[in-house]
Amino acid sequence: MRVQFELNGKPVEVDALPRTHLADCIRHQLMQTGTHVGCEHGVCGACTVIVDGAAVRSCLILAVQVEGSKVTTVEGLSRDDDLTPLQKAFRKHHALQCGFCTPGMITTAHALLTEEPDADRDRIREVLSGNICRCTGYVNIIEAVYEAREAYRSGVGK
Amino acid sequence: MSFVGQPIERIEDLRMLRGRGKYVDDLHRDGMLHAAILRSTIPHGRIRAIDTAAARAMPGVRAVFTAEDIAPGAAKVPVIPVRLMPIEQLEPFVQPVMAKNKVRYVGEPIAIIVADTLAQAEDALDVIEPDIEPLPPVPDREAAQTNRSILIEEAGTNIPISYVATKGDALAATAPYVRRERLSTGRHSAVCLEPRGLLASWDGAKTKLTIEGVAKVPFQSRRTIAKNMDLPEDCIEMIEYDVGGGFGVRGEFHPEDFLIPFMARKLGRPVKWVEDRRENLLAANHSRQIDAELEIVCEKSGRIVALRGKLWVDMGAYARANGTMVPRNAAQMMSGPYRIPNIHIQSTMLVTNKTPVGTYRGPGRFEADFFRERMFDIAARDLGVDPVEFRRMNLATKEEMPFPLATLNLPEKKEELDSGIYEIALDRCLKEFGWSEKQKLQGKLIEGRYHGIAVGCFIEGGAAGPRESARMVLDPDGGVSVFVGGTSVGQGLETVMVQIAADALGLPMESIRIFHGSTTCVTEGFGSYHSRSTVMSGSAVLLAAEALKERLREAAAKRLGCSAKDVVIGKGLAASYGGKSVTLKDVAADGISVESTFHNHRHTYANGTSAAHVSVDPKTGHVRLIDYVTVEDIGHIVNPLLATGQIVGAVVQGLGGAFLEHLQYDENGQFLTASLADYLLPISTDFPSVRAFVLEDAPSPINPLGTKGAGEGGIVSVGGVIANAVGAALAPLGAIPRRLPLTPPSVWQIIQDARKAG
Repeated sequence: MRVQFELNGKPVEVDALPRTHLADCIRHQLMQTGTHVGCEHGVCGACTVIVDGAAVRSCLILAVQVEGSKVTTVEGLSRDDDLTPLQKAFRKHHALQCGFCTPGMITTAHALLTEEPDADRDRIREVLSGNICRCTGYVNIIEAVYEAREAYRSGVGK
Repeated sequence: MSFVGQPIERIEDLRMLRGRGKYVDDLHRDGMLHAAILRSTIPHGRIRAIDTAAARAMPGVRAVFTAEDIAPGAAKVPVIPVRLMPIEQLEPFVQPVMAKNKVRYVGEPIAIIVADTLAQAEDALDVIEPDIEPLPPVPDREAAQTNRSILIEEAGTNIPISYVATKGDALAATAPYVRRERLSTGRHSAVCLEPRGLLASWDGAKTKLTIEGVAKVPFQSRRTIAKNMDLPEDCIEMIEYDVGGGFGVRGEFHPEDFLIPFMARKLGRPVKWVEDRRENLLAANHSRQIDAELEIVCEKSGRIVALRGKLWVDMGAYARANGTMVPRNAAQMMSGPYRIPNIHIQSTMLVTNKTPVGTYRGPGRFEADFFRERMFDIAARDLGVDPVEFRRMNLATKEEMPFPLATLNLPEKKEELDSGIYEIALDRCLKEFGWSEKQKLQGKLIEGRYHGIAVGCFIEGGAAGPRESARMVLDPDGGVSVFVGGTSVGQGLETVMVQIAADALGLPMESIRIFHGSTTCVTEGFGSYHSRSTVMSGSAVLLAAEALKERLREAAAKRLGCSAKDVVIGKGLAASYGGKSVTLKDVAADGISVESTFHNHRHTYANGTSAAHVSVDPKTGHVRLIDYVTVEDIGHIVNPLLATGQIVGAVVQGLGGAFLEHLQYDENGQFLTASLADYLLPISTDFPSVRAFVLEDAPSPINPLGTKGAGEGGIVSVGGVIANAVGAALAPLGAIPRRLPLTPPSVWQIIQDARKAG
């Protein structure tokens, strides 16, 4: 089936089988491999992307369901010249080790701070509880997202 | 200028944070096919036939192979050799890469399908109809020990081997206090967030096999593949990309490490395989499950006289590559940092119809520390000795270093603690934790929850030898490329190696290019396990830096018209003599390249102390972790930001093992925890207060960096400290934790048992 949507600000058109989930479509058809697949049953959150402003597990949504939507992945939240404030905070606080959960953490945190730039640590923990990290124990991730709030408050988050 | 010792932000982060990391499933090759593996759903059975005709006829299917296709008739299916501590007794128990006559665990490979797309390969799995006659299952220790149903008939027993760790004469030791307990740990796996995967390509014209996506021990895996595929090792290139977590499991040789390259060679096309999460839980190495029956012998003062007893390790169906380390470590590391003069621990391997066991972060050590520290708290309580003083009086002292551990047999292995001032970490931990203040809460019921605190000391082994290499090449632009045999499993190897190289060469970190893991990097590499890479690869980098400077002096001497020893190497590797100097770019044209090897036959032992504060709801059995503090002396610290990150991450993994994780089988050997909704990993809301502190009071005397392996220590003490805190909280009820994990139902159950008994 032909599917048209916006991926990281650019219109894309792809021929996807009805059963292809969005993560496979983005990764293996559109070759944007920043989005990672860790469980394919909606528990780990590594595949989280932003669809029309909401953090969504791309392994639990079919490619055909995003027809006409705006989809943002970690690549769309990144710049060539420098890290974003959220990414800088992750680096400063050593909020990643193997890096596999990181794209899902970045997209989820971005969606949260865009909506709630005043989220406290408990709220950040609650929202990130849908994203599994096997390396860091989360402590540094929470601190990184907490520090990045300032950039979202002042509107320079992205 | 010094980078070593600084909390340097990671190099790796720049790509990983932007979605530019490259993991195995990100790879695509022209003409690439996809593999899927049919796995047994029967725990124990005899294979009568596997009809693959319908699968072969499915759209897109290129090949379907069973063990009969890999090794027809009387031919033997290739096996996974025991990599660590191989001995003759284990040979009958090694795993064939595909089941031929019998299946022995749910998840064992019985066929492989290669198709144009992954979906087509998976569709074809559904139409294979294996005809398997079920045999009586061996689901646990009791069934294994009876030997009524035997997994491996050729061996004639389900008990491959019993190791014994001894020191002094524990069997004869006597003292006024003796207590015996039965304790057990759950079955865990690493559950790396990135599923395992491989991409293999065969170039028949060049007789070249390329395997991408390898991890942990590429050189050792190459040796096994070469032998099994009858190829010279130098015809096989193993390429490491970003690896989404290792923890001992990923990268160790599994059946797929043969099957995927084999199919690529058969078909002459690149073949990719990436496991799904169900396969990961079913088929990747399990670990940890040990039953213990132990006896502690003490003076009334609390001074320990002996620790003796037996361990039974549920190895699953086969002895996999590094499975030996679980029963061996559990026995030899049982004494931890303590002076226990008499030790006798027998550690028995048992085969059962479960996924085979390998190492998982702190192998045998997490289990041993749970057993030992539980015994200590029980003994201290019986004797009326303060739990802190109980530990303090029994810690090995600085003056006793190097301190011998128990000696292990089969093969014999002596072991000693290299250095440490163990009381420093104990005192610092008590201070950071606020022990004296929190002590007032011990066993108190506050707002419906019982509070408990506990403390325990631990050691962490690291730096496995026998050697490691580093190669350095002076690049035309004046930078230096550094190649190491260590591998990255996400721990920050690149940053650490660049810090060490930059300091040793007197260059900025930006001038160093780091390459690791792949078999093209160095002539021989040993990979990353046993918390070895910072010590072993780092020390090799130091040696290579000295060799590079020597070569630089020689090359500069020719240009400067002096002898090599007169050349002064200054800042930025500038070589000068008598006011004249040459640039790096000039001498790089000479093709300056060195390779150096660091040899080591001893181990580093970091040490530490952890403390925990919990509250328990006696109505539900729910345990809340209020605080966890760990302090570890890891010798000379290369990067405190990364070291602390390793420790906190390891603690939280251990908390998973203490509270949540257990790979559950039913009484027939059927696997019940094949999703992340069944096998629970810690999430961000579970354990908010985990604090780690690193010390460097006792540098290792056995390597030039003075550093110690530090990737595993955080996990080692968690099970014991948590169970002791829960035990302390529930002491007023008389409830005694004896098993991990401490899930709400299991804690509720021990409270009920205590009430019935009380």
